[in-house]
Amino acid sequence: MTQVDFYVLLPLILLVAWACVLLLVDLFIPKQRKWLTALLAALGLALTLGFTLSQLGLENTGFKSMVVVDGFSVFVNALLLLSGLLGVALAYGYVKRMGLERGEYYTLMLFSISGMMLMAQAADLITVFLALELLSLPLYVLSAFARPKADSEEAGLKYFLLGAFSSGFVLYGIALVYGATGATSLTGIVAAASAGTSSLLLTIGAALILVGLGFKVAAVPFHMWTPDVYQGAPTAVTAFMAAGAKIAGFAALLRVFATAFPSLAVDMAPVLWAISALTMIIGNLIAISQSDIKRMLAYSSIAHAGYILMAFVPYGNPEVAPVSIAAGLFYLVAYVLTSFGAWGVVIALEQKEGRGLAISNYAGLGKKYPALAAAMTVFMLSLIGFPPTLGLVGKFYLFRAVLSGGYVGLAFIGVVTSLISAYYYLRVVVTMYMHEGEPETEREFWLGLTTAGTALVTVIVSLMPQGLFAWASEAVLKLF
Amino acid sequence: MEFLLQPLTLVTFFPLLGVLVLLFLPSENKNLLRWTAMITSLLTFGISLWVLGMFTASNPDLQLVAKYDWITVAGWNIQYHMGVDGLSILLVLLTAFLTPISILSTWTAVEERVKDFMIFFLLLEVGMTGVFLAHDLFLFYVFWEFTLVPMYFLIGIWGGPRRIYAAIKFFLYTMAGSILMLLAILWLGIQGGTFSVPELISAGGIPSTIQFWLFLAFTAAFAIKVPMWPLHSWLPDAHVEAPTAGSVILAGVLLKMGTYGFLRFNIPLFPQAALQLAPWIALFATIGILYGAAVSYAQADVKKLVAYSSVSHLGFVMLGMFALNSQGMQGAILQMVNHGLSTGALFLLVGMIYEQTHTREIKVYGGLWKITPILCSMMLIVSLSSMGLPGLNGFVGEFTILLGAWGAGTAGGAFESFGGVWWAALSALGVIMAAIYILYMFQKMFLGPEGSIVAEVKNHGHALRDLNWREIVTIVPILVFIFWIGLYPKPFFDLMGPSVDNLVAALQTAALAMP
Repeated sequence: MTQVDFYVLLPLILLVAWACVLLLVDLFIPKQRKWLTALLAALGLALTLGFTLSQLGLENTGFKSMVVVDGFSVFVNALLLLSGLLGVALAYGYVKRMGLERGEYYTLMLFSISGMMLMAQAADLITVFLALELLSLPLYVLSAFARPKADSEEAGLKYFLLGAFSSGFVLYGIALVYGATGATSLTGIVAAASAGTSSLLLTIGAALILVGLGFKVAAVPFHMWTPDVYQGAPTAVTAFMAAGAKIAGFAALLRVFATAFPSLAVDMAPVLWAISALTMIIGNLIAISQSDIKRMLAYSSIAHAGYILMAFVPYGNPEVAPVSIAAGLFYLVAYVLTSFGAWGVVIALEQKEGRGLAISNYAGLGKKYPALAAAMTVFMLSLIGFPPTLGLVGKFYLFRAVLSGGYVGLAFIGVVTSLISAYYYLRVVVTMYMHEGEPETEREFWLGLTTAGTALVTVIVSLMPQGLFAWASEAVLKLF
Repeated sequence: MEFLLQPLTLVTFFPLLGVLVLLFLPSENKNLLRWTAMITSLLTFGISLWVLGMFTASNPDLQLVAKYDWITVAGWNIQYHMGVDGLSILLVLLTAFLTPISILSTWTAVEERVKDFMIFFLLLEVGMTGVFLAHDLFLFYVFWEFTLVPMYFLIGIWGGPRRIYAAIKFFLYTMAGSILMLLAILWLGIQGGTFSVPELISAGGIPSTIQFWLFLAFTAAFAIKVPMWPLHSWLPDAHVEAPTAGSVILAGVLLKMGTYGFLRFNIPLFPQAALQLAPWIALFATIGILYGAAVSYAQADVKKLVAYSSVSHLGFVMLGMFALNSQGMQGAILQMVNHGLSTGALFLLVGMIYEQTHTREIKVYGGLWKITPILCSMMLIVSLSSMGLPGLNGFVGEFTILLGAWGAGTAGGAFESFGGVWWAALSALGVIMAAIYILYMFQKMFLGPEGSIVAEVKNHGHALRDLNWREIVTIVPILVFIFWIGLYPKPFFDLMGPSVDNLVAALQTAALAMP
């Protein structure tokens, strides 16, 4: 390991080491003081975030081109670490209240995040697979963390079985790609492909990798696990999973396809088009009929995977792709912030034994807890794509990119499904403000801070998106 | 931060200051909340008069322009671009004028969650004023969509029994139109490299087939808002269920956002498509005039009657506008203001009766003239203005529109195929029908034998009372303008004249360039 290798992976190494140490330290923290573990976990994430940001502007590869650091990886890693921090803040009070307060919780989160970060830095298909497993395994455990609750165990098992299946797809895809090109490194693949070995084998391999990663980001038709897992898993885990796994999945998808398979764009664009369209349509349509807020948000998260996938469709068109991918990244940020906020509100209303999770439990929230209801309104408007929220700016950016790519039909599906989505997001608002009720909520400092903070950022950044725009478009520059 | 001191920024965002203050006031002290909102909106009206004072009527271009870069990275070229000209100045004034009046009307009508009500109301004012002043398509879209949110809450929380249905219908219906406009805006932004409306207009050069589609996409948003027949079905629901102040603003200002959109965006951005499609719009407008009038006559609910009369009146506005000549457009703009005043006042008066009787059914009323003479005389003036009696504002607007429509397609018109005489003749029927349904309503409710409601209110222990001072003060300012515009409309026409002539001249150039 040279110094360069070390520096390329520095944040990741720090995080993994921190997680290992935390696992040991946690043994000596008494049961009444588990807040210390949460604090240490947050500290580790914050430190890693600092190191990650210090890598801004760095372009390098390490470990014999197995990993890479560039603007894109820094952007994604920063977003992942931010999700980690938000995830810890949401979990802190929740695990205590639900009797899930065990030190492993935070350690598992840290391990999962390190997997996600590795995913963003992977420059070799083998690394992608390694990262995929490293991020997934802790998530399987976390989903089942509320054992012996049957729902949670079911969620864990279901996620594990289907996840293992999808990992199989990815691995098989990698094998086929290796068979076609004789390389697993992304640059090696593209070199072999441009030398004229573009074969059916390569296409099938890429398609299988798409299937596996499509599973991680919950794209239709690989979304079947999402509602059950999101509903069954402890809500704080769901919030983290909805953001983190999606970011990592999209990062890998983007890196692999943009770097290794640009030659397949002609074959892949229609497939991505169809997946994106289907994901938007099915996610939004099924969400309409949900009466449980967790399931509703699960379908909403599927639908948003569809919107983000829109950005990938023109990935082979060098003129549009940078704008389009930057739009995807921007939308990802908008979604992550909004979704964390919305899950925060869900956590605030959730009671023991799974009470307080029906949308009808939100009746009267506007009257009794105006601030919480106002925050939830902001999140719902942002998910629809309404001013003055980040969701609108994100959609504007995204649809513009898709239209520049010439995909008018896809943009049309995008706006129509946004209209459909308005119906079920508004139902939450209707219930909060226009129905009478006596909702119960939990007041907890970190939870309140997370919800208020994400709501404010959602509004303020939508009015001043300049900086984030610039960062997102800079991050993707070197990919193409 | 110097942009905060621009007059147009101030007039748009000043109500936000009131919102900020309201947030920190206790929700129990309702009068304090009301006064805060009232003073905020009055100050906003004051600022709008200041804007009027700085406005040069003879200048046809955008004035008092505030233009700053907003988002200019990554190939975006979005500006904070506000400006006012003859097309918008009256509508800005109308918004600032009707908001305090509406707030005053809620003094006793809204007792629940006063704080939230006032916050939403002031937010709504920000959105509406912004719509009339924005000249960057993105900025415009933000304001345009934003108005939906507070109005949705106003209907949904403080509305009648079917308020939730009406609120969601209003939201989804309007949003359905806007998303098509969004795609068109994006297309324009991509092709033109800018979202600035004046720049897009002066660049021109959009092929006429594409103009056609873009025109339709914008029309989807605006025609729903106006609402044009057959896209009007959300309006009666929203109007009937909305609280009085909501109905006033809905009829008075929100609907004008649609007609204004046609004038500001559809016609100048896509002149060839406008020329091409004008006969169709005129057809739908005329159907709307007649249909709205006929359906009004059939209503048993007085608020529904007024709501359908809006469909009819806004048909006139559309007809005048798409006559595409100076008279027609000036009449259309004036009629927007007139409709805001007359229909706003009608809703206010109906609301004042409703507050006492809690019913809107026409048939239970009757003979109120003897009991509430002030209310009834005001109602008479407003009704006559609404049906277009000479000497009152409605007549001036409708007459100018009919003149414009008559002249369209003949010598003064910008194009040939309009057949203006026929549309003018048909829609003149609408004026007669308006007289029928309005006089019918007036006669049933206020003349003749005493209706059953009088006794019923007595049974509940209190008699029907006439208007009190607060209510009179609410209505009188509107009456002043009803007479003023009716007797001496020149200053109003002078304000818009040069801008309208400019637009018509641009259309004539476009007509010459047509294949």
